[in-house]
Amino acid sequence: MTAFLIILVIILFGVAIWQMNKVFQLSKSPKSENSEIASDNDNNTQGYLMLAFVFFIYGNLAYCFWEWGDVMLPVSASEHGIQIDQLMLTTMILIFIVGIFTQWLLHYFAFVYRGSKEKKALFYAENHRLEFIWTIIPVIVLAALIIYGLFTWSDIMYVDEDEDPMVVELYAYQFDWRARYAGNDNTLGEANVRLIEGVNQLGVDISDPNAQDDKVVNELHLPLGRKVLFKMRSQDVLHSAYMPHFRAQMNCVPGMITQFAFTPSMTTNDMRMNDEVIEKVEYINQIRTEKNIELLAKGEEVLEMYEFDYLLLCNKICGSNHFNMQMKIVVDTEEDYNTWLAEQATIAETIKNK
Amino acid sequence: MSEHANNHDDHGHHHKETFVTKYIFSQDHKMISKQYLITGLFMGIIGIAMSLLFRLQLAWPDHQFTIYEIFLGKWGENGVMDPNVYLSLVTIHGTIMVFFVLTAGLSGTFSNLLIPLQIGARDMASGFLNMISYWLFFLSSVIMVLSLFVEAGPAAAGWTIYPPLSALPQAMPGSGAGMTLWLVSMAIFIASSLLGSLNYIVTVLNLRTKGMSMTRLPLTIWCFFLTAIIGVVSFPVLLSAALMLIMDRSFGTSFFLSDIYIAGEVLHNQGGSPVLFEHLFWFLGHPEVYIVILPAMGLVSEIMATNARKPIFGYRAMIASVLAIAFLSTIVWGHHMFITGMNPFLGSVFTFTTLLIAIPSAVKAFNWITTLWKGNLKMNPAMLFSIGFVSTFISGGLTGIILGDSALDINVHDTMFVVAHFHLVMGISALYGFFAGVYHWFPIMFEGRLLNKKLGYIHFWITAIGAYGVFFPMHFIGMAGLPRRYYTNTNFPYFDDLLEVNVVISVFAFITAAGQLFFLYNFIHSMFYGKMASKNPWDSTTLEWTAEVKHIHGNWDGPIPEVHRWSYDYSKLNKDNSDYVLPGQDYVPQHIPLQDNEDELMH
Repeated sequence: MTAFLIILVIILFGVAIWQMNKVFQLSKSPKSENSEIASDNDNNTQGYLMLAFVFFIYGNLAYCFWEWGDVMLPVSASEHGIQIDQLMLTTMILIFIVGIFTQWLLHYFAFVYRGSKEKKALFYAENHRLEFIWTIIPVIVLAALIIYGLFTWSDIMYVDEDEDPMVVELYAYQFDWRARYAGNDNTLGEANVRLIEGVNQLGVDISDPNAQDDKVVNELHLPLGRKVLFKMRSQDVLHSAYMPHFRAQMNCVPGMITQFAFTPSMTTNDMRMNDEVIEKVEYINQIRTEKNIELLAKGEEVLEMYEFDYLLLCNKICGSNHFNMQMKIVVDTEEDYNTWLAEQATIAETIKNK
Repeated sequence: MSEHANNHDDHGHHHKETFVTKYIFSQDHKMISKQYLITGLFMGIIGIAMSLLFRLQLAWPDHQFTIYEIFLGKWGENGVMDPNVYLSLVTIHGTIMVFFVLTAGLSGTFSNLLIPLQIGARDMASGFLNMISYWLFFLSSVIMVLSLFVEAGPAAAGWTIYPPLSALPQAMPGSGAGMTLWLVSMAIFIASSLLGSLNYIVTVLNLRTKGMSMTRLPLTIWCFFLTAIIGVVSFPVLLSAALMLIMDRSFGTSFFLSDIYIAGEVLHNQGGSPVLFEHLFWFLGHPEVYIVILPAMGLVSEIMATNARKPIFGYRAMIASVLAIAFLSTIVWGHHMFITGMNPFLGSVFTFTTLLIAIPSAVKAFNWITTLWKGNLKMNPAMLFSIGFVSTFISGGLTGIILGDSALDINVHDTMFVVAHFHLVMGISALYGFFAGVYHWFPIMFEGRLLNKKLGYIHFWITAIGAYGVFFPMHFIGMAGLPRRYYTNTNFPYFDDLLEVNVVISVFAFITAAGQLFFLYNFIHSMFYGKMASKNPWDSTTLEWTAEVKHIHGNWDGPIPEVHRWSYDYSKLNKDNSDYVLPGQDYVPQHIPLQDNEDELMH
């Protein structure tokens, strides 16, 4: 439907250009020269089109917001994410003001000062005061943005070890994820890809005392309100651990350990109850139901109905299945999390049981 | 120095030219410029065609298209695109568009065409090196195109070719022979670019005609000059990165590889770092986007002044801001790497330098807008593209403030938001600059012929609407968290509602691409049958319009014109403001001496 509307808009715009062109053709005196250089008529037509174009830009923007404003990420599920969203909003408002204003000037001038034989341009080569003004205003505004941005950045990236964050390893390989919990000692055992063997898929050094209580899982569970320090490793190529709902991302680099920390502030259930998310999930299920009708008609397998879950996606090109390298994240209350964690086997147990 | 050029070329055009020396191994800058243009256009067609194929896949991932079978052969069996070839398409699309179209096709074409003509030189400092530069570019284009036909498929690790993915054939089929050819092609491309750039720098410094001081140069030349300098500074770094990658791939070194377990075995490599490659790559990669955009800025400044019948506003500020951009462009590369594991303090530094670059960019945008103010705008197609350039440069540049801010980058890094940003600010904007240049200087290239203006108008409006139609919505799917380089989003039910946006984007992409056919037809048709223009069709002040319309080696039949003023004396009035300086003519070409009834300004 939207595609159809767009085609319609384009066709109508084309028709408008064509018709205007015809009108100007008719209004032209038969003697007027037929040259490939813009005539006054062309200046006129194109000037009006420029004015129309700035409204097209605004319209396009308004349409995108109205139609797709709801696809954007819901409220942040981490504490620092609120700060990022705040900074984003400030920057966005600024960008919109500047953008709308300058686009208007540009196209409006193109319209008002469209040329004709009678007009004369103004020889206006320099004005130091004007140039000073539009140098100093961006300087001040950007200085403010830089300072604001850098404070936010430092808050997020410098992890305070005194807070005693829970350490979790995120382990990436073509094309899946594993998470390793540090266990009761909150210290990860040493690991290296050279130690990968059998069930020891992450190459953990099993002789390391710190490694004994580590737990390797394929679904990431996090307790609400506890700071988590992720240590990222990659087994083969670059990957990127992207957790959009938590406003968190860090590359996983073979040969080094990278890190990122955040505090989850909403459980999965809280997020499922969020109005925006409810609406989004309903809409997605509506799409899926429609698709299922088609699939049923063709006698193919139907899609499952969707329920919201936090996601960890790979966001750095990593090979043929890059588009499907994901892991589910569950944020639980402290008790639920502890119950879940207690059920998981430690590395020592896994290796013994083998 | 101009005398030297004089003497040199006076006997230059007595030589008899054969077909080979005139059209193939030509040393004439005008012919080389056309060779760059046509090679660039050809590569552009391939690059855009590839984007259409993957747009088809993104919009209708479940459908089977026979067109895949036709174009992709075994990678499109039964009309289903192979995920590896999808990655190849985005990789080669990026490589071709950035390097082959927007670097060689844009800068190569117009630097070659305009530098000698606008500074008043008979040719480049070294016609021979110039010829070599083109033929190396041609060779690298041929190798890049050949790499599409390699058994295991062309390079597919993204145009940034980050190792280990690009270094290990076990990681993806595209990292085999396809990647080898990619690297060879780029190494040759860099050699070509360096030869070209050195030639441009030397020519601008040494071969300016009498009276052509640096502060009388048209802004085009300033931009080409600084582009060449950035190229010389940063391209060698990419060459070294490529060489180290070749060694890692073929000779077992470990510059970028360490602790890797792949395809069931541990590799011996130890101690290298992929982050090192990222630094080296972006040390070129970021200046590269300015190598792409600066020539477009120069072309647009010149075309805008001519068609507004006004001097460019703030000529000195324009030069200062280009200088600032050129300098800053070499110290902002880290903003591509905020979340690569680089020290967060470095992230802070790069955020600072990156946001600084917004200042000269803002100055430029305001100066262009003021150039339009109280002008007498001639709405030629070149002018429309120039206005379009400022529009997309602003729209795309503003979102750069988000991406350049390390804290905000965390959540939009590598999403479709980035794709939307850089396509608007450097892709579409640079293409607009390119088109503006072609429409404006077509008579110089093709001996007085003009492009058809009606087709030009249609071309502009379809492109302008289509470009915003493609890239505005793309910001939204990026902010929804959709990563780039995903073959399909159907594995994430969470992204199901983005499919309709992708359909809209693709429809606009097809329309925009179809709009380019108007240009292609116009270009080929006008080359042979275009209307003949007068010698100076746009009433321009610069020297190229005083050169012979019929191409001769040496550009001017008589002596090289001397220059007596800057290139922006449009609509300048005489002392008592009764008429223009030259009565009845609203421009004073650069070679006209200072008139008695005229105030001398600082140029």
